[in-house]
Amino acid sequence: MLFKILFRNAFRNRLRSGLTILGITVAILAFGLLRTVISAWYAGVEAASVSRLVTRNAISIIFPLPISYKEKLRQVEGVKIVSYGNWFGGIYISEKNFFPNFCVEPRTYFELYPEFILSPAEKKALLADRKGCIAGEKLAGKFGWKVGDTITLTGTIYPGTWDFVLRGIYHGRDETIDETLFYFQWDYVNETMKKKIPRRADQVGFYIVGVARPDLATEVAVAIDKTFKNSLAETLTETEKAFNLGFLAMSEAIVMAVQLVSFVIIIIIMAVVANTMAMTTRERIGDYSIMKTLGFGGRDIAILIFGESLVVTMIGCALGMILTFPVAKAFSHNLVTFFPVFNVSVKTLYLDVAASIVVACVAAVIPTQRSISIRIADGLRRIG
Amino acid sequence: MTGQNEAIVAIRNLYKSYHRESLTVPVLHDITFDIADGEFLALMGPSGSGKTTLLNLIAGIDKADSGTIRVGDVDITTLTETELAHWRATHVGFIFQFYNLIPVLRAVENVELPLHLTGLSRAERSEHAEMALQMVNLSHRMDHYPRELSGGEQQRVAIARAIVTDPTILVADEPTGDLDRVSAEEILGMMERLNREMGKTIIMVTHDPRAAKRARVMKHLDKGYLNDNALQNPL
Ligand SMILES: Nc1ncnc2c1ncn2[C@@H]1O[C@H](COP(=O)(O)OP(=O)(O)OP(=O)(O)O)[C@@H](O)[C@H]1O
Ligand SMILES: [Mg+2]
Repeated sequence: MLFKILFRNAFRNRLRSGLTILGITVAILAFGLLRTVISAWYAGVEAASVSRLVTRNAISIIFPLPISYKEKLRQVEGVKIVSYGNWFGGIYISEKNFFPNFCVEPRTYFELYPEFILSPAEKKALLADRKGCIAGEKLAGKFGWKVGDTITLTGTIYPGTWDFVLRGIYHGRDETIDETLFYFQWDYVNETMKKKIPRRADQVGFYIVGVARPDLATEVAVAIDKTFKNSLAETLTETEKAFNLGFLAMSEAIVMAVQLVSFVIIIIIMAVVANTMAMTTRERIGDYSIMKTLGFGGRDIAILIFGESLVVTMIGCALGMILTFPVAKAFSHNLVTFFPVFNVSVKTLYLDVAASIVVACVAAVIPTQRSISIRIADGLRRIG
Repeated sequence: MTGQNEAIVAIRNLYKSYHRESLTVPVLHDITFDIADGEFLALMGPSGSGKTTLLNLIAGIDKADSGTIRVGDVDITTLTETELAHWRATHVGFIFQFYNLIPVLRAVENVELPLHLTGLSRAERSEHAEMALQMVNLSHRMDHYPRELSGGEQQRVAIARAIVTDPTILVADEPTGDLDRVSAEEILGMMERLNREMGKTIIMVTHDPRAAKRARVMKHLDKGYLNDNALQNPL
């Protein structure tokens, strides 16, 4: 009976309930999107493998390492496989088409990154073509590239125009894998540089080192840096996770701001729901007094008010959660270069529900306390 | 005091005052009287004389400053809030001037409401509720919401709700105050029948001398004093 009353109460004033639900829906939608932005930000870190190390120049990522380090790295105890590459920084037609592009040693690279899935035929075609390149599915989709197309990049770090032939399109093993990357052969770039600017040949931007077991990662990293201590180019080796976090550090402040805004939204909607509940409870004070007169207790009144608050809030929450998916999808389509991985996570949905429950309960506390403490005789007088 | 019936309500030296900021407003002064089992009492008096206050004290929804109120064999002035709530649920039926039905519940659900505090099964509850509605001739309006009923009909639903738990006393605060003459007569007739045929003890506050005439006993309150020459209605 209490449930019957609270459900019917929730829809007694359709306009007010509707507007409140709309408010909650929009708030949960905004909250969900902001949380998704935050997790998109960290997606790179999450996806990073703990058994991969990144070795770079100790002074700065912009200084290279000699290619000769490759053999020495292989000999470090615990190292299983070594790949390498350079940030190429090429521009496709116009700067606004930005996407990350690298030259890498493809055989070892794709062995180290099994999360980038290529068919054996594509892999073979890439290795067979010096000018071959590989693009992620989202990237290829964005520009309408097909296997066999010639793609021309204008070099920034490496001057000139560079023609590549698309030999394969990779897709991610799961939704957290970035599908906007572009890879081609390190050898092609290096040979070209040898002819044009010989002093810049045989240089590597980063080595990717696969360790035999994840628990060896720290030890191996220390051992690598020790090997190159006091050499011409000292190294800094980190787990890939730490490396990616370093990249993110600069935008940490922005992430914090987004976090803050997401909670501010919840506080605002809390005020809105609290106001609605205060109004509805004031209207129902006569009903509650009658129920108390008949012998119902404070607990029953609390169930009625908390229940009504939860019904309204959870409907808004559910609608907001449902809407988050198509809106996030539209977002990810347009923002693919900023957020290569833009998925609504289960954690975000849990946070939606948790936030809604907190909002509903906080909004119900004061009205409940008031309705319970008002003397019956006074509550009844208000009716007349 | 009406003879053969012993007192079901015994009120002794009852005082009540309200406090408004620093001001104390005395409302009831040394009220002492008995209500016999099966009595139909009309409590009259000018506006502000303390009728509602007295009725609320007897019904256990307000607390006196001093004095005792015994109903049946319980001195309700000694009960805690929670005990009072339980006591009201089984011993008092309420009828108000503005009916005070729960607007989101159908007639039959309103009548059933107090039964949720008893141990009755779902089937028993609806059976009792339907019977109570039958007694007030409203079976055909069972599934209507209060807003779909006339004032008189709403008050009849309220009477059904008041009697469904078979309480020790029925209290009514100006039950016809908001009704037209015809509906008022109907309600009063119904209360008279409850008293005569089913032996219900009824305490009714009213302004209306015609309503008071239906009662068997009248008492007058004036500025918080009980007028002792209570009139005995000739039957
Ligand atoms: N909560 C309260 N606080 C202060 N004074 C109150 C309160 N309730 C009632 N009073 C005062 O107590 C007095 C008696 O009130 P009560 O409602 O019992 O009168 P009544 O006889 O029922 O009047 P009416 O016929 O108009 O209903 C009035 O003067 C009223 O103003
Ligand atoms: Mg009154």
